[in-house]
Amino acid sequence: MQIYLPIAEVSVNAFLLLGLGGLVGILSGMFGVGGGFLMTPLLFFIGIPPAVAVATEANQIVASSFSGVLAHFKRKTVDLKMGGVLLVGGLIGAAIGVQIFAMLTAIGQVDLLVKLCYVVFLGIIGGLMFFESLNAIRKARSAGGVVPPKRRHRGWIHALPFKMRFRTSGLYVSVIPPVVVGLFVGVLSAIMGVGGGFIMVPAMIYLLGMPTKVVVGTSLFQIIFVTAFATLMHATTNYTVDMVLAVLLLVGGVVGAQIGARIGTKLKAEQLRILLAIMVLAVCGKLGFDLLVMPAELYSIGAGASH
Amino acid sequence: MRVIALLLATLLAGVSAADAEEVVAGLSQDAINITANFEGSEIMIFGAVSRTAPAPQGDLEVIITVEGPSMPVAVRRKDRRFGIWVNTDAVEVDSAPSFYAVATTAGFAATITDTEDLRHRVSIPRAIRAVGLGVADAENFTEALIRIRESEELYQLNEGSVTLRNETLFDTVIQLPANLVEGDYRTRIILTRGGEVLDVYEQDIAVRKVGLERFIYNLAHERPLVYGILSLTIAILAGWMASAVFRYIRA
Repeated sequence: MQIYLPIAEVSVNAFLLLGLGGLVGILSGMFGVGGGFLMTPLLFFIGIPPAVAVATEANQIVASSFSGVLAHFKRKTVDLKMGGVLLVGGLIGAAIGVQIFAMLTAIGQVDLLVKLCYVVFLGIIGGLMFFESLNAIRKARSAGGVVPPKRRHRGWIHALPFKMRFRTSGLYVSVIPPVVVGLFVGVLSAIMGVGGGFIMVPAMIYLLGMPTKVVVGTSLFQIIFVTAFATLMHATTNYTVDMVLAVLLLVGGVVGAQIGARIGTKLKAEQLRILLAIMVLAVCGKLGFDLLVMPAELYSIGAGASH
Repeated sequence: MRVIALLLATLLAGVSAADAEEVVAGLSQDAINITANFEGSEIMIFGAVSRTAPAPQGDLEVIITVEGPSMPVAVRRKDRRFGIWVNTDAVEVDSAPSFYAVATTAGFAATITDTEDLRHRVSIPRAIRAVGLGVADAENFTEALIRIRESEELYQLNEGSVTLRNETLFDTVIQLPANLVEGDYRTRIILTRGGEVLDVYEQDIAVRKVGLERFIYNLAHERPLVYGILSLTIAILAGWMASAVFRYIRA
């Protein structure tokens, strides 16, 4: 069944969109990731204009993060104060990101920027995750038990001014690192159409030293507001949020996430991480390959400046 | 897909100069509605040649064009820089139709002379206005524009697809793809004899989004803040409902 998307102005098979939403939903349910980093490139592949894909995906992430954060609120695993500090950076970052996006759209380099961002970040994160979980699996096999991760030395972080106490996380740190992390993730979420959890979660654990149990909830809390803000900015500056597309992806995603969560409980944490790492590297490889290989059509059409 | 044939009855208006030939035509529909399940459409264009005197010498040909709203486009070319393929050169085309179909009774070159083509902007390259492009190989860019739009069925040249019977009755069908832009689609029927244009008949087909598509599009462009908030509300409601349903299933 074809459906006409009013903002993207293309006609797409509705079941394909439901299926994509479902597939990415399964993966996000299995791995506890938002799935934006997979969905946005998939939307490019099926012919949704990049600007619409990025803005609409931001809208969809609001829904999936909201659905996820409710469970964390119940378990009291959200550090609202830390979330607020991250958010200050995130909102500024998203505002900058949307402006960069609009500017690059005008000069025709937005596709390149989005793809390069994906290749770089997915490459780094996927690579780190892959080796880390490979080590974890090896250690678990040789020692017969999981070795607790050693606490990082965070000398320079403690030397920074503007310290604040975060009770839920049990931390007393400077607000500069979380604001900077938030800012960085905000820019990425506006440019790449992702929530940024895949960068924020490691940053919160390794850089800020937050306890793992509050990391996911706090990250989701921050993501809701940053992606909501990015959605509003895209809607008012670029007119690129497609409501019909978002709803179709949502329906598929919601069903998929439940199936994924069930599959996820049957696998071990290290196995899950290594699978996710392989997937991240695969998406990165495909995008990188497309940049390196001579395209079949060297020319492309974009909107011209109106006279 | 709907094909509504609407017959135009008044054929011979009759009041025309001696030995002149005129087009009398009709369209199967004068409006196309883009609805949620729009998969493209087809329009049937038909008509007759009315003449007051016996037909003169020379081949009578009919050219039918359908032209979507024109807008400026940027055509960009990729080049290898630092090992990756990057958009480098760009050409601004002042105005290119978002959709353009040409249907003819015979091979295009046989139906119209080059001068007449230039005057009436009939062929696909002539329908595109690209002046002062500022790049050495500008024609490669306009060729690419045509090639890409042809592959998306947005530009069509259908030679010999107009059937002409007894030098009087003609008809053709033009396929409109699913990715149509809104606007007035100018339909032209051009009558030629020996390559010279005898008569041009014009009519607009209104292509409009309707119903929910119309509402969403208008809201997004006229009240973007309201639209953005509505999108977020839908997303949050969906997220809340998902977790509520999930809880209910588990309980």
